[in-house]
Amino acid sequence: MPDPVLSIRDLVVEFKTEDGVVHAVDGVSYDLFPGETLGIVGESGSGKSVSTLALLGLIPQPPGRIVSGTADFKGRDLLMLKKKELRRVRGNEVAMVFQDPMTSLNPVLTVGSQLGESIKTHYPDEKKEVVKQRVIELLKLVGVPNAETRYDQYPHEFSGGMRQRAMIAMSITNSPALLIADEPTTALDVTIQAQVLEVLKRVQEETQAATILITHDLGIVAEMCDRVLVMYAGHIVESGDVETIFRSPRHPYTIGLMDSLPKVTEDEEWLRPITGSPPSLIDLPPGCPFHPRCFLARERCRQENPPLAPVEGSAHLSACHFSEELIGHKSKFSQEAVA
Amino acid sequence: MLAPQGAVEGTLEAGLQFKVRSQWSYARMRFFRHRLALLGLFGLIVIFGAGIFANYIAPGGFSKINLNDFQYLAHPSSKHLFGTDEIGRDEFNRVIWGIRTSMEVGVFVAIVSSLIGMFVGAVAGYYGGWIDNLLMRLTDLVLTLPALAILLTASALLGQGSQWRISGILVAFFWTGIARVVRGVYLSLREKEYVEAAKASGAGDMRLMFRHILPNTLGPIIVNGTLAVGTAILVEAALSFLNLGIKPPTPSLGGLINEGQANPQQWWLTIFPGFTIVLIVLCVNFVGDGLRDALDPAQRRVRA
Repeated sequence: MPDPVLSIRDLVVEFKTEDGVVHAVDGVSYDLFPGETLGIVGESGSGKSVSTLALLGLIPQPPGRIVSGTADFKGRDLLMLKKKELRRVRGNEVAMVFQDPMTSLNPVLTVGSQLGESIKTHYPDEKKEVVKQRVIELLKLVGVPNAETRYDQYPHEFSGGMRQRAMIAMSITNSPALLIADEPTTALDVTIQAQVLEVLKRVQEETQAATILITHDLGIVAEMCDRVLVMYAGHIVESGDVETIFRSPRHPYTIGLMDSLPKVTEDEEWLRPITGSPPSLIDLPPGCPFHPRCFLARERCRQENPPLAPVEGSAHLSACHFSEELIGHKSKFSQEAVA
Repeated sequence: MLAPQGAVEGTLEAGLQFKVRSQWSYARMRFFRHRLALLGLFGLIVIFGAGIFANYIAPGGFSKINLNDFQYLAHPSSKHLFGTDEIGRDEFNRVIWGIRTSMEVGVFVAIVSSLIGMFVGAVAGYYGGWIDNLLMRLTDLVLTLPALAILLTASALLGQGSQWRISGILVAFFWTGIARVVRGVYLSLREKEYVEAAKASGAGDMRLMFRHILPNTLGPIIVNGTLAVGTAILVEAALSFLNLGIKPPTPSLGGLINEGQANPQQWWLTIFPGFTIVLIVLCVNFVGDGLRDALDPAQRRVRA
């Protein structure tokens, strides 16, 4: 295996709130290899976004605080960089696509000039025409029709899908080695989603950037990713390559996520949500954070937080005391067991 | 006009023309539909135009006395449109040159105080925290000072001076309003996603502050700046009226009224400059209101 592009170890991020300290990310470690797409899935508040925003120093501090951890990127620890060095990394070596394209573009600047900005930020001496040419090329690459005309238009003249294409173009202006897409399609409707994902795929092939795709949509993971991390309450609960995880999930939470998906092939009256609601991150339950909602939960789960350990080969990890009981699990039995 | 995206890329490519229309052109459209604002703009162009071209409209300067046909305190006539003053100077000339002085003061004060206010507000709103606290307490301090009393004291201590000195004193008070407005806008805008996106693409504080956020605040800045022109002219007139403003013989509209006071029977010496002040301020305010409606359609008040 090649050396990882990004290697995160024991990342802990906290937020101070009036009610107490929120442990948004609690001891997360993972590697990202060149050219691969890593999916991070989990519910709202599971720490998926925060764990990546922390890499770029985009967590508001205070109230946020990176308590510990390292993030080795090309031989440097991103978490230790000075503000100025970090700025050189942002948008250059590590770029980000945000969730809501409707609000991520500045309404008073033309789309072209905004894309140009991200080049000029890092290459202030670049000639105007060169920048413009590059921006138009990028707009074409992400499938914006009439790129030359679109260059001079304002964001309000773009539809949601076109804006997200522009945002993707903006993120790859400087050919980043790492691309972080934070729920890039959540704000778009389904038909547009597919197109944007297609664009993302094309862009990734073009730039060979290692990609982190944050989403709560398992369908997107199945379609786009090579490997996947499942996060719950600030912890990684399962990780492995996509095929393995979809074929034989070894954590009850992952199973719950899959079971909660509606299936086109079956005539179902009801969806099967995971019972209960996500725990408060201020006051996590003792032991395994998932045990109050888990159909496998026993006494041991209430006392001991299971470590993330290999279950099958070294690539498939799960944080469950009883992951072996899930071998051969064919989804679809979850909720009855709880009831 | 915009067809659904993606699905019809082919047809778009095939030559659908998009009309590029910036927010500014929308604002311009809205402004030109605002009748009062247009009227105000027209008035301002005429009045300020007269001030700018004072050399041509009132040749010979503001102290010219026609010795061949010497008339003092003459009624308005075709020869002296606004009459003459007690030493025979043509009041029309004096008003035109007074417009120039007042205009210079008003525009200078508006521009300089807008720039200062913009900068202070931007820094305070963008950085927040103790910087914000410090700058805003300073602003509050200036705002809580009884402006007129201080202005009077300052002018009295410094004595009558050139118009630039008066302008300087006015600027010292005028920047606060704009600073507060700009700070408020920055406070809300810095949390916007596009600012975060720009930050994520590596933009530094200066770039974020002035390239990304500033253009979004230009609306309120322009509106406030415009209205400040009117206010500055009024305050300058008040100071000059109290003999604490611009030093004669440089005519300013307020100063002219003050001089006219000595001759209460000669109404033309006070009415014409006074009326000019009213007109200017009225026009400025019409334009300001029009700009407000044009630049901030969300806050548009219903017009009858």
